Amino acid sequence: MINRIVVGAHYGLKDWIAQRATAVVMAVYSVLIAAVLLVVRPATFEAWQGVFANGVIKFLTFLFFVSLFYHAWIGVRDIWMDYVKPVGVRLTLHVLTICALVGYTAWAAAILWRL
Amino acid sequence: MAEMTIKKRPKNLDLTTIRLPLPGKVSILHRVSGAGLFLCLPVILWLFGASLGSPESFATFKSVAGMLPVKVILAGLLWAFVHHFCAGIRFLLLDIHVGIEKEAARQSAAVVFAVSIPLTLILWGVLL
Repeated sequence: MINRIVVGAHYGLKDWIAQRATAVVMAVYSVLIAAVLLVVRPATFEAWQGVFANGVIKFLTFLFFVSLFYHAWIGVRDIWMDYVKPVGVRLTLHVLTICALVGYTAWAAAILWRL
Repeated sequence: MAEMTIKKRPKNLDLTTIRLPLPGKVSILHRVSGAGLFLCLPVILWLFGASLGSPESFATFKSVAGMLPVKVILAGLLWAFVHHFCAGIRFLLLDIHVGIEKEAARQSAAVVFAVSIPLTLILWGVLL
């Protein structure tokens, strides 16, 4: 008889991959936006706003923020799991983290789509 | 067999006596910088929003970003971002089994510091 223990099957892998995929998105965006700013060199408010008002930059910047918040969720969740043992406290921190990150997503969208 | 696995092993969790090797320092600073960036997200988003909102809010952004305590926070965030970026690339390479030998891993950890610290100072000079 095979006695298998099936605890926590493969839910961790999805997050592990997501953390890395979002990291790559953010790394590429960081290099890209640095290059754009180096070329455009926005010195005034109008020029600075103009960079992010561009449709492609706006889309990529929002993609960066969404990647950042998903990435942060996995990383911060790992920190709570490592250091906070009481289940109730940990669950509360998880929920608060998600609430903050969902709010930040809306905030980032509001900043970008006002342009 | 079961007895072997539950045999007591020596444990040292005293943070004052643990001496981390260089890759360990990269790792814990990756966590510390990530946590710091997460905690400062409201500050970052507020500054980003103010800089893009209107000429008035842009002026507010400039004066706030020019205050010394804010400058210190921004310098810390800049280091955190650069370290997290450099160490993150090292971890991605380790994930695809590049440089997983002990000596190579030590060297790449040294490279992370050798790149992240000067890069932080350069960006600080350019941006702040």
